[in-house]
Amino acid sequence: MRPSLPPERNARRQLLRGAAALALAAPLAGLASRAAAQTLPDLPALTALLGGRVPRWDRLRLEMPLFADNGQAVPIHLAMAGPFAPGPTVQAIHLFSERNPVPDMVVFEFPTPPLKVEIDSRVRLAGAQRVIAIAVMSDGATFAARADVEVTIAGCLDAS
Amino acid sequence: MADSRVNVPAECRRGEPFEVRISIRHAMETGYRTDAVGKTIPRDVIRRFTCRYNGDPVFAVRMTQGIAANPYLRFFVTARESGTLDFEWIDDEGLRGTAQATVNVS
Repeated sequence: MRPSLPPERNARRQLLRGAAALALAAPLAGLASRAAAQTLPDLPALTALLGGRVPRWDRLRLEMPLFADNGQAVPIHLAMAGPFAPGPTVQAIHLFSERNPVPDMVVFEFPTPPLKVEIDSRVRLAGAQRVIAIAVMSDGATFAARADVEVTIAGCLDAS
Repeated sequence: MADSRVNVPAECRRGEPFEVRISIRHAMETGYRTDAVGKTIPRDVIRRFTCRYNGDPVFAVRMTQGIAANPYLRFFVTARESGTLDFEWIDDEGLRGTAQATVNVS
């Protein structure tokens, strides 16, 4: 048995224990919030595009940095798992922003059915927000993906 | 304008997707900024970008001011036969830019 610790050492130990518990709990909480937050923001353009369809949240992937220092240019990475042909192929992928002055930021179109769907680009973001990607398939099905971004310096604002 | 850099692989395999990267020099002026005397600088962004492969459109983008200045795009095109990729874009002022890349399919 160890000799009993002086009170200040004990307090430190408890603090460490608490920190460890927090560190373990944080990813779990993240998972729970991800499951709960598969709701779409209330954007007229997004609602119009979906037209009552309910997108699936698998296949399409949207990757953005968790923290974007500068909202003037935030990298985006879109990818969708195949195979496509001879089944339904991707027709377009729309990107929606919750807080930008123009919510429907960009549309990537595939006039020819693609074999591989992977797109990189850079967008402007007006503050911390959730970005939604919607893929529209040739059979009318829709897939959604989201990314939450913290933005330190907002882009697309007034003179700065 | 009409300033861009395109990158495609030196050689592509038939039937397989290959990577295309393009970056275009364009201010993508949002229309939200004001100049030194407080006058709004009018919006001037690339509205439409298209990529044709031997004449057939294979990839297109509808852009807004949500795309960062000097737009960068990376996407994939399926190799069919040797030929050219033609890129074209047009902005709010009606200025048209073009670029071309050669595709070697083996």
